[in-house]
Amino acid sequence: MDKPFAITLDAGSSLANKTGSWRTKRPVYLDRLPPCNHACPAGENIQGWLYHAESGDYEAAWRKLTEENPLPAIMGRVCYHPCESACNRGKLDEAVGINSVERFLGDEALKRGWKFAPPGQESGKRVLVVGAGPSGLSAAYHLRRMGHTVKIAEAGPLAGGMMRFGIPKYRLPRDVLDAEVQQILDLGVELALNAKVTNILESMRAGQFDAAFLAVGAHIAKRAYIPAGEAARILDAVSVLRSMEGGEKPLLGRRVVVYGGGNTALDVARTAKRLGATESIIVYRRTREKMPAHDFEVEEALEEGVLFKWLSTIRNMADEGTLTVEKMALDATGFPQPTGQLETLEADSLVLALGQDVDLSLLDGVPGLKIENGTVQVRPNMMTGHPGIFAGGDMVPSERTVTVGVGHGKKAARHINAWLRGTVYAPATKHELADFDKLNTWYYSDAPKTVRPLLDIARRTSTFDEVVHGLDETNALFEARRCLSCGNCFECDNCYGVCPDNAVIKLGPGKRFEFNYDYCKGCGLCVSECPCGAIKMVPETL
Amino acid sequence: MEDQIVKFYQTGTFTVGNRLLAEGQRSVQADMHRTNSLNSGHRACQGCGEALGARYAIDTAMQATGNQLIAVNATGCLEVFSTPYPETSWQIPWIHSLFGNAAAVASGVAAAQRALGRPHVRVIAQGGDGGTTDIGFGCLSGMFERNDDVLYICYDNEAYMNTGVQRSSATPPAARTATTPAVGFSPGNVFGTGKNVPLIAMAHRIPYVATASVANLRDLERKVTSAMEIDGARYIHIHVPCPLGWGSAPEDTLKVARLAVESGLFPLFEARHGKITDRTHIRRKVPVTEYLRAQKRFAHLFGNPPELGRIALIQQVADRNIEEFGLLQ
Repeated sequence: MDKPFAITLDAGSSLANKTGSWRTKRPVYLDRLPPCNHACPAGENIQGWLYHAESGDYEAAWRKLTEENPLPAIMGRVCYHPCESACNRGKLDEAVGINSVERFLGDEALKRGWKFAPPGQESGKRVLVVGAGPSGLSAAYHLRRMGHTVKIAEAGPLAGGMMRFGIPKYRLPRDVLDAEVQQILDLGVELALNAKVTNILESMRAGQFDAAFLAVGAHIAKRAYIPAGEAARILDAVSVLRSMEGGEKPLLGRRVVVYGGGNTALDVARTAKRLGATESIIVYRRTREKMPAHDFEVEEALEEGVLFKWLSTIRNMADEGTLTVEKMALDATGFPQPTGQLETLEADSLVLALGQDVDLSLLDGVPGLKIENGTVQVRPNMMTGHPGIFAGGDMVPSERTVTVGVGHGKKAARHINAWLRGTVYAPATKHELADFDKLNTWYYSDAPKTVRPLLDIARRTSTFDEVVHGLDETNALFEARRCLSCGNCFECDNCYGVCPDNAVIKLGPGKRFEFNYDYCKGCGLCVSECPCGAIKMVPETL
Repeated sequence: MEDQIVKFYQTGTFTVGNRLLAEGQRSVQADMHRTNSLNSGHRACQGCGEALGARYAIDTAMQATGNQLIAVNATGCLEVFSTPYPETSWQIPWIHSLFGNAAAVASGVAAAQRALGRPHVRVIAQGGDGGTTDIGFGCLSGMFERNDDVLYICYDNEAYMNTGVQRSSATPPAARTATTPAVGFSPGNVFGTGKNVPLIAMAHRIPYVATASVANLRDLERKVTSAMEIDGARYIHIHVPCPLGWGSAPEDTLKVARLAVESGLFPLFEARHGKITDRTHIRRKVPVTEYLRAQKRFAHLFGNPPELGRIALIQQVADRNIEEFGLLQ
């Protein structure tokens, strides 16, 4: 008994008191699905690559990005960024400029000469990819990285598909396109140009291919019957945009009318302006709100002086270039109905931009295929009715955008890989969505989006210089750091800091945190104060 | 492109830590090797604001003094839940004597350290609002007036919570407690008068007085660090919600504390030698009803019909604070 006076017990630590037994609910860490990732047609892990960009490690960011999509410099120019529409930050101030950071990373990779890592092990399997558009390139890239031998057969004289023959230069400079295609070819993908596949089964047999991915796109312009005089100049949008790639520019005249309401119609109208047209008018049978084209492109076109005639259809075109246009009115269901009210419009040429069809001739005689509405039907694994033949991009039923095409290519590659190895590809189950209400936005300060500078209007209507410029390093970093990291821990230490019971263990940089359930009382403060919604409470089980 | 003030969430100062900040710029609480002065296993309720505030403050003081610190505790929740004999959660030299004499004991401990030739050992006295604004008030005023080298920290949860939620002189008007029930003509605590100990401390012209909130960790750590750099009598008054006594959800402790600051009901300021030298601005101003509604002790104000007149009086208190302390930028 060498204790001090009046002390009878050894002093002990409160650690003997396991307050975890008080708990009825326990906090658990989880990763939720950020809305941007959820919305990306190419399945990019956007939050994941922004995380690396935030710390200025652009190469790691680019590598994370290109795990899903090999074309960031192209995406950063032509993607309609549904990620930004879904971005939770949009509810706080403005959406994160994901698209512009993506472009910065893609450009940085080209500038610094970053290369894709070569495949680890060759599988010995051969895959034929038909079409070097976004979908075909994406599939070739992923298949090659999985170790397969890949050959792309492209009917055209250059790779890129609609990215080259449909998207104008002012939106996608060709050196960028060429450079990103080359990065894929550098992986050891073989590209055959001017090599139209006319019979897929024959081509597969001849080249001893184990599987094929078809992505021939939709290149045949849809026509509408418009009574016209013999001298009337009526063109289609696909051939106008395609001939922009040749030496001889299309002759459209001073007054150009474009018929249609999609992005292609806008591309043609804006191209016509740049070719010197004094009047470039889009005629569309419905209203601006109903237009399938993206509103920011309509806005850019308006700024460039493109005119719009809403609620109008073209009845006929006379020899001397007089168009008869009928006014339409929307009925109760929102469908345009003729009003009988006619007016005339002078035009040197009329360009039809009414959509495109797929050239399916290469599939003649392939058993088991199902074709509906001019597109090839595929199963959820992207395989057609014929074993070993997969298809994607514009030739299957889908929204026809570059990003959707890239997504198809990736998805098909994963299923082709599994099919070649005699297994079934099971995608990881999706995490629950990180909605805005899961965030504690107190911890985010206001920081409006860095708007990419637009080319001076005067310059952009007369040249094909790129309209939207990129970010530089400082503002790309700024933009990346606006990411809220929805649903995914970014190691802000809030949980570690706010626990009144020291029941959160900090594991060190990059290792996140762990709960000490011996002492966690289940108060839920960590959940309330987690800025990004990466913790949730679950009931205790007995 | 126009310049703008760059404030990212990653490098801002709102979160506890931040992987993008240099080590020296991070908070004490973000440190993997913080003292954890008040360790796990204590018996405070779920979501206790006082347990959190005490760890924030003492960990910071430990870092500021290079762990040369002795803490003296008044009776109250903090003492009872942390140290049921023979166990203790304190991982620092710590002494408890009586309810009302923490300031006097601390003065003595400081004098003893001087006498022992250990002037580098610093002393903190701490207590709840009961032990500070009521029972220990005389000793506290004496410690101030003598300018003893002690930092006194009051964790204000606005009533005697440990003994069953009886009112103290820090209980706000209209709040329901066990001794000011929500019945009768004018339910809850009284209106019009009150006891603002930070202002009384300032009237002693002591070197340093500050208010802080558990909802603003960076601000709190900065103030404790500032206080430890000064000799003489110092006072910090920290607002710490009590889920049990206030009738708020345990997970809402920091939210409630934040609303008190953002509504203007709990102004954050610093004063040196009796003069206010700095205040922490409100970031997103809210009406007092947001703060009041989150707590059952004010539920009687929101009956059918709601007591609009009394709510307006509370709003007046907040508006007056905002004006007096210049809380808006």
